[in-house]
Amino acid sequence: MKISGAEIFIESLKKEGVKYLFGYPGGVVLNIFDLLHDEKDVQLILTRHEQGAIHAADGFARATGKAGVALVTSGPGATNTVTGIATASMDSIPLVVFSGQVPTMLIGNDAFQEADIVGITRPCTKYNYLVKDVKDLAEIIKEAFYIATTGRPGPVLIDLPKDVTSGKADFVWPETVDMRTYKPTYEGNRYMINQAAHMIAKAKKPVIVAGGGVISSGASKELKELAEHTDIPVTMTLMGLGAFPGSHKLSLGMPGMHGTYFANKAIQESDLLVAVGMRFDDRVTGKISAFAPNAKIVHVDIDPTSIRKNVRVDVPIVGDVKKVLQSMNKVLREEVKEQWGEVRKAWLKQIGAWKAERPMSYDKDADIIKPQYVIEKIHELTKGDAIIATEVGQNQMWTAQFYKFDKPRTLLSSGGLGTMGYGFPAAIGAQFAFPHKLVIDVAGDGSIQMNIQELATAVINKLPVKVAILNNRFLGMVRQWQELFYQERYAHTKLEETCPDFVKIAEAYGAVGLRATKRSEVEPVLKEAFSIKRPVFMDFVIDWKEKVYPMVPAGAAIDEMLFLEQTKKSEKKLKAVK
Amino acid sequence: MRHTISVLVENKFGVLSRISGLFSGRGYNIESLSVGETIDPQVSVMTIVTAGDDWIIEQITKQLNKLIDVIKVVDMTELDHVEREMVMIKVAPRQEDKAEVLRITEIFRGRVVDSSQKTYTIEITGDEKKIAAILELLKPMGIKEFVRTGKIAISREGIKKS
Ligand SMILES: Cc1ncc(C[n+]2csc(CCOP(=O)(O)OP(=O)(O)O)c2C)c(N)n1
Ligand SMILES: [Mg+2]
Repeated sequence: MKISGAEIFIESLKKEGVKYLFGYPGGVVLNIFDLLHDEKDVQLILTRHEQGAIHAADGFARATGKAGVALVTSGPGATNTVTGIATASMDSIPLVVFSGQVPTMLIGNDAFQEADIVGITRPCTKYNYLVKDVKDLAEIIKEAFYIATTGRPGPVLIDLPKDVTSGKADFVWPETVDMRTYKPTYEGNRYMINQAAHMIAKAKKPVIVAGGGVISSGASKELKELAEHTDIPVTMTLMGLGAFPGSHKLSLGMPGMHGTYFANKAIQESDLLVAVGMRFDDRVTGKISAFAPNAKIVHVDIDPTSIRKNVRVDVPIVGDVKKVLQSMNKVLREEVKEQWGEVRKAWLKQIGAWKAERPMSYDKDADIIKPQYVIEKIHELTKGDAIIATEVGQNQMWTAQFYKFDKPRTLLSSGGLGTMGYGFPAAIGAQFAFPHKLVIDVAGDGSIQMNIQELATAVINKLPVKVAILNNRFLGMVRQWQELFYQERYAHTKLEETCPDFVKIAEAYGAVGLRATKRSEVEPVLKEAFSIKRPVFMDFVIDWKEKVYPMVPAGAAIDEMLFLEQTKKSEKKLKAVK
Repeated sequence: MRHTISVLVENKFGVLSRISGLFSGRGYNIESLSVGETIDPQVSVMTIVTAGDDWIIEQITKQLNKLIDVIKVVDMTELDHVEREMVMIKVAPRQEDKAEVLRITEIFRGRVVDSSQKTYTIEITGDEKKIAAILELLKPMGIKEFVRTGKIAISREGIKKS
């Protein structure tokens, strides 16, 4: 029996097990929306902006490991998704985005609400399709999910002309996908794995650098086994936070620009870096030529183009992190017999000394609210059992530094693209996946205003999602750079005069708004918010002068860090001016 | 160093733009590019001439391989291979140079494919050196127009470059 393209679309989503579809309607997708009206198994979640829909799908994907799915209309609906798609692309997040398109016979005519979205998103998708014939639709959808979720995951876009969703065809669901052009390598090369294992055995000062790939391949257990068995300290990139327990004694926290002193020191001193599922982003390496000068590098990644892209690599291993680590652990257990405790003693002692020398710190006695205190309190009250989204800026870095992520898929943060406005809709997406979990977006007063309209989505769906705004009345991270490198000339970063009343905004949407202005109010506000089963905005009026430390200035080596006390002087001067 | 890379791709719409987008997006240079169907009409072959150090060429071949529509990437420069390019040159020689133009064409085994009172259009096929050489000789005769196909390349059977 022939059914319409819109029906094929819905049947295909059911086959893929899609429950939630984040989206926004418009003329050319009405065929589908009309069917969704009565649909029970696939639920469309109406966001209030298409960017919100993509970030919500992305948050859902990061929290679950499944593909996030979105549906938008043509033209402006489609172009509004671009930031979200690029965000997912940079962080290797599986998404399948459906955009409506004008009827095939109008394509290329500059028709009303026509945009060449396939052309526009070509560089920021893993792959994309324009469906030209309804007969191809089911197969394309199957392929799209396969591409999005396998290998190095990423977003895939499918452009659906209106006549394709109204046209009819038999629904034939392909059970398998076999593409001659796309065959990711999962098994690592045995010889290389062996070599890496023996290098680990010989190394005196090894460090594991874990990235988002550990999380997407589900390799946390294997990573922990490797680290614990061989007593190697682990540092996690922003995308890798949660891949290894942040509260573990072998954890070094995050490396790089705002990394810990001890992570950066350990990398710079190390004689072997075991990089797994990470891609040596410039925020991690700092000045490349001065990065880990004494280290041999073992690099495990599923994407061959990530290897030797930024740094020289001694042992490249292309493969799925989980599979590679399983083999590596096996070799280490069976072939390499070492008394690791003895071998690592000196190195771990050195690391302990660095940790003692410069632990992560801030002024804990201040009466004014320090943002780090808020993050520590959130961690304490949730016992780490929450999903934390962040916006971008200082709020993101403080979260990464002071919340100890112990489990994978508990941090949702735009790492590669650094997209302000990501966190709130992402938290909404994650809350759909885990309705009973505490989901908190740590926000900045600037970022939250970029997708604040999603309050409506949270309220109408009765989501208990929480937003903790670290309100410094500034585009804080940019202000920090201006203070340190632009003679305190705060060009267009001061939001104070126009800072809206976030409590009232929350209330206007039908959510709850709470505010804390001094340290003693932080805990009560958090406790109250966590006890409310509705969306809550918490406005934490924090010390606007607070900066993110340590900091490696752009272009410097990662051990050339600035610390709080070095800049105290300039702060005194600031006070005098105020 | 200059490399000739042969890329087998699915003969689908948009593939060329994926390939050229990869080069422009990552700041790699395309010196020439030619595309055509293979015996299998579902497959096209692209011959791309690009330049870069070993590190860049490694990235280019890996990035090409990563594209979903790419079936196979071969860096011809690593193999023993034959390269050819066809050019057409419209020359407008002075009366006294006309014979010389024809003589050069003959020496280079070119053909005159069109002529008018004032011009000859010459077709030449050859490798880079040959084409550079004939251009050098014809330039003083007055080249009016010049088009080239871009290079194509094929590997030689049975011989491995050491
Ligand atoms: C969409 C977007 N625009 C601009 C930037 C550049 N940027 C990075 S951090 C930042 C300031 C963010 O301010 P806020 O959300 O208040 O966070 P804070 O740093 O104050 O915690 C800006 C403008 C960005 N990352 N994303
Ligand atoms: Mg701010």
